[in-house]
Amino acid sequence: MQQPIGAEPEAQTGTAGAKLGMWLFLFTELLFFGGMFLLYAVYRGRYAAGFHAAAAEENTAVGAWNTALLLTSSLTMALAVAALRGGRTRSSLLAQGATMLMGLGFLAVKYTEWTAKIGLGLYPDSPVLLKRSHGEVLFFGLYYVMTGVHGLHVLIGICLIAVTFVLTARGAITAERFGLLENTGLFWHFVDVVWIYLFPLFYLVT
Amino acid sequence: MPEREVPILPARTFLLVWATLLGLTAATVAIAKGRLFADYSVLGSLGIASLKAGLVLAFFMHLKYESRLLRGLALLAVLTLLTILAGTFTDVWYR
Repeated sequence: MQQPIGAEPEAQTGTAGAKLGMWLFLFTELLFFGGMFLLYAVYRGRYAAGFHAAAAEENTAVGAWNTALLLTSSLTMALAVAALRGGRTRSSLLAQGATMLMGLGFLAVKYTEWTAKIGLGLYPDSPVLLKRSHGEVLFFGLYYVMTGVHGLHVLIGICLIAVTFVLTARGAITAERFGLLENTGLFWHFVDVVWIYLFPLFYLVT
Repeated sequence: MPEREVPILPARTFLLVWATLLGLTAATVAIAKGRLFADYSVLGSLGIASLKAGLVLAFFMHLKYESRLLRGLALLAVLTLLTILAGTFTDVWYR
């Protein structure tokens, strides 16, 4: 098919190439987190009692609240993209801001959870923890690594949205060029999906 | 070549999905707390989690409206992970 000279197909919409690139990256993230979930699964099978005992330290209500927070932030992120594409820039900025705030709220709750546990002496290699059963030691090791790495991704996501916020406000991201916002949204939703699995595995162990 | 535009979903769709996600979260907590499905609670939890993930993928991430290439690649990635899980467990269970 003939393209007129000087035409820039990439500048038309959110580019398909960039979107594919983001999805491919997310697939690597899937395997990355998947590896850790695999570790969890094997050790839980082997140390069921220890995992059960350790999970008693988790506060289900707090975990559920954080889940609701992230799910709602995914809603506002999706609304932010839709608003921008519909030409409603102010609404998009509001929604992006709300997403960031909820992300920060999630991290704040995580901070209190970790602080509480560390205050009880339950951190990797602590004398208090090492007195407990091997299963419990493994549970907490996995807990800190997995929620920690996930939290890092939440932080990265917030920073990315901060960038799209500024670019949207400046008019660099528009209804015609929304690829950056859309791909940032994809990253953010993925982080939400990871938490959707983290929540039952760490907070709903019966 | 004109690119296939992913449709802009109405806010109502997003809100419906969100409400469903919150409902499923409540359900999974209730099942975990209750003693009704004790033996199946892990499977149940993972099942509900997968439903939630599916909703986020399909609607928030637009996968339902994306090209077959993208959907095929996503399926491939998930199958790869499941294969690794299955392979590991056939080892772990039958050593």
